[in-house]
Amino acid sequence: MSRHVVATVDEIAAGTCKIVTVKGREIGVFHVNGEYFALINRCPHQGGQLCRGELFSRLESPMPGEYRLTRQGEMLRCPWHCWEFDIRTGQSWCDPDSINARTYAVTVEPGAALAQGPFQAETVPVSIEQDYVVITV
Amino acid sequence: MNMTVMDRRPEAINQSHLGFIDCDVHPFYKSPDEFDAFLPQRWREHRRTIGGRVRQGLAKASNYPRMSPGNGQRGDSWPPDGTHPGSDLPFMQQQLLDLFNVSYGLLAPLVGGSAGERNVEFGAALATATNEWQLARWSDPDPRLKSAVMVNVEHQSAAIAEIEKRAGDRRFVQVQIPPRGLEPLGRRRYWPILEACAANGFPVSLHLGGAGGHPSTGGGWPSFYHEEHPSYVQSMQTLVVSLVCEGVLEHIPNLKIVLVEGGFAWLPALCWRLDKAWKRLHAEVPFLRQKPSEYVRQSIWVTTQPIEEPERPQDMLSTIEWIGVDRVMFSTDYPHWDQDDPRFAFKVALPETWKRKIFRDNARALYGLD
Repeated sequence: MSRHVVATVDEIAAGTCKIVTVKGREIGVFHVNGEYFALINRCPHQGGQLCRGELFSRLESPMPGEYRLTRQGEMLRCPWHCWEFDIRTGQSWCDPDSINARTYAVTVEPGAALAQGPFQAETVPVSIEQDYVVITV
Repeated sequence: MNMTVMDRRPEAINQSHLGFIDCDVHPFYKSPDEFDAFLPQRWREHRRTIGGRVRQGLAKASNYPRMSPGNGQRGDSWPPDGTHPGSDLPFMQQQLLDLFNVSYGLLAPLVGGSAGERNVEFGAALATATNEWQLARWSDPDPRLKSAVMVNVEHQSAAIAEIEKRAGDRRFVQVQIPPRGLEPLGRRRYWPILEACAANGFPVSLHLGGAGGHPSTGGGWPSFYHEEHPSYVQSMQTLVVSLVCEGVLEHIPNLKIVLVEGGFAWLPALCWRLDKAWKRLHAEVPFLRQKPSEYVRQSIWVTTQPIEEPERPQDMLSTIEWIGVDRVMFSTDYPHWDQDDPRFAFKVALPETWKRKIFRDNARALYGLD
């Protein structure tokens, strides 16, 4: 496992995603409601580019005629077959018992702390004035 | 316990998935005016001033809009220039034909408006235009893509003329007829068209969808697309039963019917039911000289997408055996939201001999492809 600086915090607008390549893997780094999440850019269902999908809320209905929107913007819908995944855990809504999309730990860290290492910067140069998104792969 | 099945690498394409024949590829236009180049002036002006007359309430939208972008397109299938999925040959080559080194892709145009047009003269002109459009935009630039002869079955003489005109042109491999028509396809009024298909060596492709003017289920209009989706199976079952019971498959034994995108796991159970009833009811249909299941086995092929996923994946093998391994052909349905990927569609390992048949040899034999 190693830590990788993948973006500055203001680089990923809320509700969007930056796709980075770390250790040969494409990983989507999402900014949702002030938090950051990272998932592999490959759907465990049939291999579509998961992180190019759209973010939705979780829609629950305890009975016909009643609807509840929760988890605003935290469900990622694959662009191929519309399978949905929990952006926090990678758990599949369609097949929660057996399928997960791989997730990666994400932290936000000040450049000053990062300057002391250890970390591996892939593409993002670090300055001590900035805050950075760091993922562990 | 959660199991991550993440590490399958779609970049790595197994040899056995290369070179397949795709029995369902959807071409689209960049602009609806593309058909004008192939329409006589009389019908160009008609299209502009009057337009189409379809058999449904909504002229410019589907009755059951899909939730995915573009009313049911695969989310990453928009070409780089932003035009409609399926409208850009280089992008289709990149995402489908070249990626898998597809041997042949069979076009199933759901555009052009010919099939369901109520003004049958206009419908016939649109059919001819759509056929020319397929050649110019797809089959000529990429000979792997095979066109389908579009016809309007309510204009019998024009339909037969169109079929005869395309006979012998190997850029066309089949005739496409919408499964939802004014009447079930086995009715005698359609026999001359079906005879022309058989006589000219064209299998008949029945691709699900369309609006026949009737509710899409036997019990009326559904509320949800989720309800509409399985109703396509009802359309297909109606066709199979009609073709068998009206005696079409007895009368035209060399007619070849391909059911596209309607699923297939239901077919064995339907045959069991038909056979059982035939033993008791054959006096009503005395012209049926063999069991209904034998007519189905003789004349009907199925394509795989959207493939059924039985709870016990190995049950897929029995299902295919009941239908006949030589009657099942692989299809992707590119670029639609429920398309199947040859690497992942089957949830059970197929025997190598089956794989060869389903991915290539069955279609090659049926369509006379090399």
